[in-house]
Amino acid sequence: MPFPQALREALMAAFVALMLAVPLIGFRLADTMQGLAIETRFDWVAWGVGAVFVGRLLLGVLRGRGRPFGLAVKMPAMPPNAGTMFALVLGVFALVLPFTPLGDRYTVELAITVLIYVMLGWGLNIVVGLAGLLDLGYVAFYAVGAYSYALFAINFGWSFWLCLPIAGLLAAMFGVMLGFPVLRLRGDYLAIVTLGFGEMIRVILLNWKDFSGGSAGLTSIPRPSFFGFPFTANPEPGETAFHELFGLEYTPLQRIIFLYYLIFALALLTNFFTLRMRKLPIGRAWEALREDEIACRALGINPTNVKLSAFALGAMFGGFAGAFFATRQGFISPESFNFIESAVILAIVVLGGMGSQLGVVIAAAFLILIPELLRDFSQYRMIMFGLAMVLIMLWRPQGLVSHREPSIRLGAKA
Amino acid sequence: MSLLTVEHLTIRFGGLVAVDDVSFTAEDGRITAIIGPNGAGKTTVFNCLTGFYKPDVGRMCLHRDGKDFLLERMDGFRIAGQAGVARTFQNIRLFPRMTVLENLLVAQHNTLHRASFHTLAGLLGLSRYRDAEKAAIARAAEWLERVGLRHLADDEAGSLPYGDQRRLEIARAMCTNPRLLCLDEPAAGLNPKESADLAALIRDIKAREKIAVLLIEHDMSVVMEISDHIVVLDHGAKIAEGNPAQIRVDPAVIAAYLGTDEEDAA
Repeated sequence: MPFPQALREALMAAFVALMLAVPLIGFRLADTMQGLAIETRFDWVAWGVGAVFVGRLLLGVLRGRGRPFGLAVKMPAMPPNAGTMFALVLGVFALVLPFTPLGDRYTVELAITVLIYVMLGWGLNIVVGLAGLLDLGYVAFYAVGAYSYALFAINFGWSFWLCLPIAGLLAAMFGVMLGFPVLRLRGDYLAIVTLGFGEMIRVILLNWKDFSGGSAGLTSIPRPSFFGFPFTANPEPGETAFHELFGLEYTPLQRIIFLYYLIFALALLTNFFTLRMRKLPIGRAWEALREDEIACRALGINPTNVKLSAFALGAMFGGFAGAFFATRQGFISPESFNFIESAVILAIVVLGGMGSQLGVVIAAAFLILIPELLRDFSQYRMIMFGLAMVLIMLWRPQGLVSHREPSIRLGAKA
Repeated sequence: MSLLTVEHLTIRFGGLVAVDDVSFTAEDGRITAIIGPNGAGKTTVFNCLTGFYKPDVGRMCLHRDGKDFLLERMDGFRIAGQAGVARTFQNIRLFPRMTVLENLLVAQHNTLHRASFHTLAGLLGLSRYRDAEKAAIARAAEWLERVGLRHLADDEAGSLPYGDQRRLEIARAMCTNPRLLCLDEPAAGLNPKESADLAALIRDIKAREKIAVLLIEHDMSVVMEISDHIVVLDHGAKIAEGNPAQIRVDPAVIAAYLGTDEEDAA
């Protein structure tokens, strides 16, 4: 970009920054002896505006040298099965993690959180990545799963393994319920309705106190047992605890490791199910629907069924993850299911590269681990987090893994 | 009895009569062309036949295997799936990020989906589904061979050159196993060599599949060369009908395309 134009743009950006910075940074309420007083911090404003000006100028001058923003780069050519290899390495690492020196309580707990988001990401990937239906209310199904498990377990004392399919089924039903009214909608309009749906579920849970406990949430949700053998130091008379069954010393870590493998298995189930579905007619129909709905109709595909199946299956995995979340936490409240959760899950799918299973893993790890690692920066961590996301989207606009593996090959160029 | 009988088809958009009392038929093993100046209502007729628009007046009856399908009463996807009407689009509508082969398998969705017991048999990998999938791939491969795209089967459809995309769209429509194939300006944007290949392909489809072909086309060399019957529309109304030789000399058609003396004077 020629220098005068870059200068003009930089001045413009500096002006916008000034407008924003004066009220946001320039004034601050201070608690003085004489009561509240307004302090000014115009030196901060000056520094900020100066930084924006210089940054924008540099960006402007550097841009137009072949790459937009000087950032977006193509990944170097990779061997064709690099993705599979990488996925295998990740899988093996995840499998042995609790028994490596890394596997202390903090790490395993963190890994469980990452895996929950991986599973949610994979579930939402069916809806957004494959079927191309922008869903901003995915957390609703997560909530349905969590509350289903919690309510059945608390009120009827049903076991986790019985409640898990019920939670999935109920979530799938809610998926269909959401699906019906939005069949005709696409893109932004669909996003708004799904956003509303997500909020509806949360607000209902918040206000229907007799049913869900309202904002106090549900407490003392039964913790998982190892197929009937509880993880506890002092089992009830007549019960055998997990550590007694295997003749081990009791440590609280045993339950955490069990939870870890449970979510690992659930996530893998989601993954293999999705991978299998992609190779079936319904999976191809999802992708075709994402590509062109009108062409789908012209080929005799019933878009209603295709959309509803995507919503239902995506929601089902959200429900599974929700049931797991409830049993892991032992406590749930509507707080855990606000819009930010939906946004994070959607960000995982988009950042990972729509439709890419491996991309979801990388993005989930990134989105959950970065704020965790930045804890030392306390109040600045969300800014750095946001900055990291912006940089990734500039660097890889198509998502981290934009490669799409064909579901089938004819092979052998005859 | 004709395969397709369209009677008194009328479509209004607000005050505009886009298609005005148009009747025609399409027969098995024949190519029927619908021609006319821009805005004559040709694509609107197609959109009606394939269920994207509902006509205000008129009857569209598809007669096959002893059954009558009243297209104006059917959902678009059922017209394609049950009555067997396949179409291509003026502005190509492939699934650009899916491969060529995947495009052709999506076209066989209904057959495959039934064979997979609505996914269940497919999920379990039962032989019933695997056989159906093999048959579908074989059918796709055969059509790729016929349109000359076999070597590009595993490429993304969106990365194909324009002419190849046109032929792929026809192959995809044929993979739905239609009785009536509606081609909306298949030669648009093709060079003369590609147009000639296309004409040969359409004739080949007519001869070997014995299906009815409806064709909207502006390229008169293609229309005159391959059509058995031509319907001419102007301002939504049918102004002439006949074989290519008759149409070529029809004064109403010439007037519609070139303008009449009175219009010149006005």
